[in-house]
Amino acid sequence: MQTETTQRKLIWWGVNIVVLLYAFIPVFWIVSLSLKDDATLNDGRYFPVSPSGENYTAIFNNNDFIRALINSIGICLISTGIAIVLGTMAAYAVARLDFPGKRWVVAVSLLISMFPQIALVTPLFKIETALNLFDTWAGLIIPYVTFALPLAIYTLSAFFREIPWDLEKAARMDGATPYQAFRQVITPLAMPGVFTTGILVFIACWNDFLFAISLTSTSASRTVPAAMSYFTGATTFEKPTGPIAAAAVVITIPIVIFVLFFQRRIVAGLTSGAVKG
Amino acid sequence: MTATPTSAAAQAAEDRIEDESLEIARRRHSEGKRAERKLGLLLVAPAVIVMLAVAAYPILYAFWLSLNRADLRLPDQNEFIWFENYVTVLSSPIWWTAFGVTMFITVISAFLELVLGMLLAVVMHRTIVGRGLVRTSALVPYAIVTVVAAFSWRFAWTQGLGWLATGESAPLTQFWPSIWIIILAEVWKTVPFMALLLMAGLALVPEDLLKAASTDGATAWKRFWMVTVPLIKPAILVALLFRTLDAFRIFDNIFVLTNGANQTSSVSIVAYNNLIRGLNLGIGSTMSVLIFITTGIIAFIFIKAFGAAAPGADQGGRR
Repeated sequence: MQTETTQRKLIWWGVNIVVLLYAFIPVFWIVSLSLKDDATLNDGRYFPVSPSGENYTAIFNNNDFIRALINSIGICLISTGIAIVLGTMAAYAVARLDFPGKRWVVAVSLLISMFPQIALVTPLFKIETALNLFDTWAGLIIPYVTFALPLAIYTLSAFFREIPWDLEKAARMDGATPYQAFRQVITPLAMPGVFTTGILVFIACWNDFLFAISLTSTSASRTVPAAMSYFTGATTFEKPTGPIAAAAVVITIPIVIFVLFFQRRIVAGLTSGAVKG
Repeated sequence: MTATPTSAAAQAAEDRIEDESLEIARRRHSEGKRAERKLGLLLVAPAVIVMLAVAAYPILYAFWLSLNRADLRLPDQNEFIWFENYVTVLSSPIWWTAFGVTMFITVISAFLELVLGMLLAVVMHRTIVGRGLVRTSALVPYAIVTVVAAFSWRFAWTQGLGWLATGESAPLTQFWPSIWIIILAEVWKTVPFMALLLMAGLALVPEDLLKAASTDGATAWKRFWMVTVPLIKPAILVALLFRTLDAFRIFDNIFVLTNGANQTSSVSIVAYNNLIRGLNLGIGSTMSVLIFITTGIIAFIFIKAFGAAAPGADQGGRR
């Protein structure tokens, strides 16, 4: 019996290692590429022979990259903030209140979550040019908020259904208005769900590439994924591999650390919206 | 209504009293209801307005543009030309090649993601050791920016640079190797998401049912196909629907890996090239509208033919 359990454990460890390799091989590859120096860059080895930080020095001395990093962080934080505020309000209504057109709200958000973003590129390009929003932070925040809202509404309304609503009733009995019940009783209870949704929305914005290359033209509002694809080498027409790899690592590490920290919540957030719906 | 034979007068009096108290209750109730409705509408209004203004209005505008000759390089030749752009696009081999490539990538990726996602879901659900570790690392591909992952694959397959590129071949300069690398990049990134959705379904399968099947002599393989799969069919269909629609709009991976070279463009890449690089808004919008319609058809097929319930579809009745 004892040996059988040990054997099963060993088999499961084997399976787990396969999963770990699957997840990490491409990630470690880009990390080791970013640590290679000019001399060993093209040696085709998986691990760097003589690790160096010269690529990181290069990108952090590159104003376009610094600017793109600031753009990415600013645009994604603002978009997440707006999407969470609007999404929380809408999700509360969808989860808790009875009002005409509720199904319609759900249908619209579902439609948007399935929307092919490319279909919006031209009209947004034209509209934003006309409104002088092209190549500004606002020009990216607007589509980011729009595509984040369905995700926010689904995830949040799933979380809101799990909240003990009797507390709200009690507050209402004590004379609180529906608004007060929302603001003072439910909001604190809902914070964990809101936080999780915030992470998911932030990751979605951070990941965007299509809008970032279509609705920007200078480093004024270009985010890192877009800026990376515009990096140019000093001497050749080739893409500068080292700096791209370093930039890739810089925008990856914070998100990976975040995900590792909040694994349980992210899993709950990703699955609640889709299955319990 | 008149099932009990009482005297007509007594019945009428009773009805009136009942009516009055009912009326009061109803009025109170409807006042509460009205406040609730008002608050509900007020709370959803900003989100709905943003979504309609930024998605619904532009798609109508894209439809209008698709009926016009609108080329930013030839601004004085703009005119309303009905469906001429559609004729141009639908008779263009570039469009149909891209459509075929996109469909191929979509179908193969969705299939591989389902199989691998199910395997990963079972591992995450069943493993008796290191469950947290497995679940956490499985989230890594999900968390990585698509462009970053695409660069990682591109460098890995670049001749004389990458650890996967061996010998004389340069896979990203040939059609079929490029397609398979694009599929690899797409599948690697999204299997974990698929697995999470499926794992949530697996968690809903009652353990007793599996034990009972096991007692009846069903093998693990049989239990999976006869008990688990039928029970999690809704989760499978929702996950598949989402991934199919997502794969159909594939852009980032192809942009970084091949940039559409050697006819590896997806429909989104072709539309982008016409819109932003070619500045031909008429043709580009026509492609956008066609992509939009195709997405609608795919969703319709899933929902009607397979009975996939979209998440939130039954939300109305639940409180």
